[in-house]
Amino acid sequence: MTTYREAIREAIAEALTADERVFLMGEDVGAYGGCFAVSLGLLERFGPERIRDTPLSESAFVGAGIGAALGGLRPIVEIMTVNFSLLALDQILNNAATILHMSGGQFNVPLVIRMTTGAGRQLAAQHSHSLEGWYAHIPGLRILAPATVEDAGGMLAPALADPDPVLIFEHGSLYNSTGEPGTGPVDITTAAVRRPGRDVTLIAYGGTLHKALTAADELAAGGIEAEVVDLRVLRPLDEATVIKSIIHTHRAVIVDEGWRSGSLSAEVTARIVERAFYELDAPVERVCSAEVPIPYAHHLEEAALPQVPAIVTAARDVVSS
Amino acid sequence: MPRKTRARSSRDRELLRQMLRIRRFEERCVELYSGEKICGFMHLYIGEEAVAAGVCHALTSEDAVVSTYREHGHALARGVPIRSVMAEMYGKAAGCSRGRGGSMHIFDAERRFYGGNAIVGGGLPVAVGLALADKLLSRGRVTACFFGEGAMAEGEFHECLNLASLWGLPVLFACENNLYAMGTALARSQAETDLALRAAAYDVAAWPVDGMDVRAVADAAERACESIRAGAGPHFLELRTYRFRAHSMYDPDRYRDKAEIEQWKLRDPLGQIRLPEDELAALEKEIAQELEDAVTFAEEAPIEPIEELTRFVYSEVRP
Repeated sequence: MTTYREAIREAIAEALTADERVFLMGEDVGAYGGCFAVSLGLLERFGPERIRDTPLSESAFVGAGIGAALGGLRPIVEIMTVNFSLLALDQILNNAATILHMSGGQFNVPLVIRMTTGAGRQLAAQHSHSLEGWYAHIPGLRILAPATVEDAGGMLAPALADPDPVLIFEHGSLYNSTGEPGTGPVDITTAAVRRPGRDVTLIAYGGTLHKALTAADELAAGGIEAEVVDLRVLRPLDEATVIKSIIHTHRAVIVDEGWRSGSLSAEVTARIVERAFYELDAPVERVCSAEVPIPYAHHLEEAALPQVPAIVTAARDVVSS
Repeated sequence: MPRKTRARSSRDRELLRQMLRIRRFEERCVELYSGEKICGFMHLYIGEEAVAAGVCHALTSEDAVVSTYREHGHALARGVPIRSVMAEMYGKAAGCSRGRGGSMHIFDAERRFYGGNAIVGGGLPVAVGLALADKLLSRGRVTACFFGEGAMAEGEFHECLNLASLWGLPVLFACENNLYAMGTALARSQAETDLALRAAAYDVAAWPVDGMDVRAVADAAERACESIRAGAGPHFLELRTYRFRAHSMYDPDRYRDKAEIEQWKLRDPLGQIRLPEDELAALEKEIAQELEDAVTFAEEAPIEPIEELTRFVYSEVRP
């Protein structure tokens, strides 16, 4: 057993050992050990050239990651939280995601950006949002959301091997979660069925996967067998796995920590309606965050986020309709 | 005033040749724009040719260039083939960016020309990263990063000067101070107008250069590149220049005094190096032929098939 945090750390260490072109940079990744202690101890092992502390300059160091990737290196750029990534949005969208196409295929950007996303730790509105759905809107990016320890460790190597920019969203509530470490790289193109079932499909990713699995346990106690699909890859979306499950269960509940309006859950809903409308026995349901900036107080924050009872209720509704 | 003297060296001749190519290329582009052969935004460099010619002359083929949306001059001086630039202006498949970039996004991997950035300040972090790769791989290269003085009001400028200086990166920050950020005069938008002073605040070697004097630009760029290659970290040149034309083809140029423009035209960089009449005529003829060939090439080049639209969003060869 290991933790999600340790799995990422070990994957970074392995990448640094395997390929001299790989280096990690970001705010407090070195001497501090990483804001969430992901890179703790790596500075001592790999030195300051490869575990590179940066100033508080998101745009400059994310852009420098793009330039370094263009220059032949394989940077891993860590951004403390998705909210801070907005300071680098220009570089991510206008350069990383765009240069390959805008240059007529001449320049690809093999860059990995990791960042923390999501709420649940009472960090209030500027450290808690789930904006990965925004990034999943952008052609040219590959968006990953590891929800398991195996994926946390196994997604980094294929992300680094990818010729194009890959953004990895690590849900902050998962760092202490434990699980069996994987045996190596995992696939970064497909969704995964985490639990088979016949009555309803629960579609989740990242921080909501475990809530969906808990909800599935509760539903099973009441005689409803829920299939749980972990999206894992938010762009390009693995539509086939989702549609296959819908054809099997004929009902869907999407669980997304993003806000409902214009969200990833809206996109998944649309895909289901476009591709499997006549397979549906009930309208698609969604369990999303309340449309408020995430608040600090524990009870308010809990109320703002998708929770197991709401998932269970939504699933029962679609099954009984 | 810059010296108006005869060409004394092969360098003088080459600098004049590059400036003249850029000038004639853009004059032709204006005609083609009027004829709707070229569309979109087009930003002319006319008046600023000494900067591109002088700075690019100091670079080796191993060095890199990061440029702005006003980059025809940088691209041509860097050696991007005039045919591929013209075909890009036409939006043709034979264009350097296969018709996906246009006037503002010229790219050329072979010449290490990294765009063509149309977000003011957006190229600076990329230049810093290219230089970081060169430093970590001990390649002894320079990355020349062009940007206008308007970019010095952007946060990215300050982040990048700090980062490049902190890490001692081999970047030549080439600031083209043409006095106007689109229509906003420098003094109306930036509290400290001594630009080299502001760069120096980040412990970066910085000095102003007469950007209308191509020899002065080439000398300064050579000196800066030599120092960068010797490991002295980033350098900043404030290249004092002026664009004779409007910001873009859409700009009615209401914000400048016509007399000011005329005054600057007296210092036209093309007038700084004189050639004997017959030599100049031969050079003009050579450039006219090169341009004619480029226009013919662009006219006849096929367009990118619509089926190719979604190529190059993701790399085609994946592990």
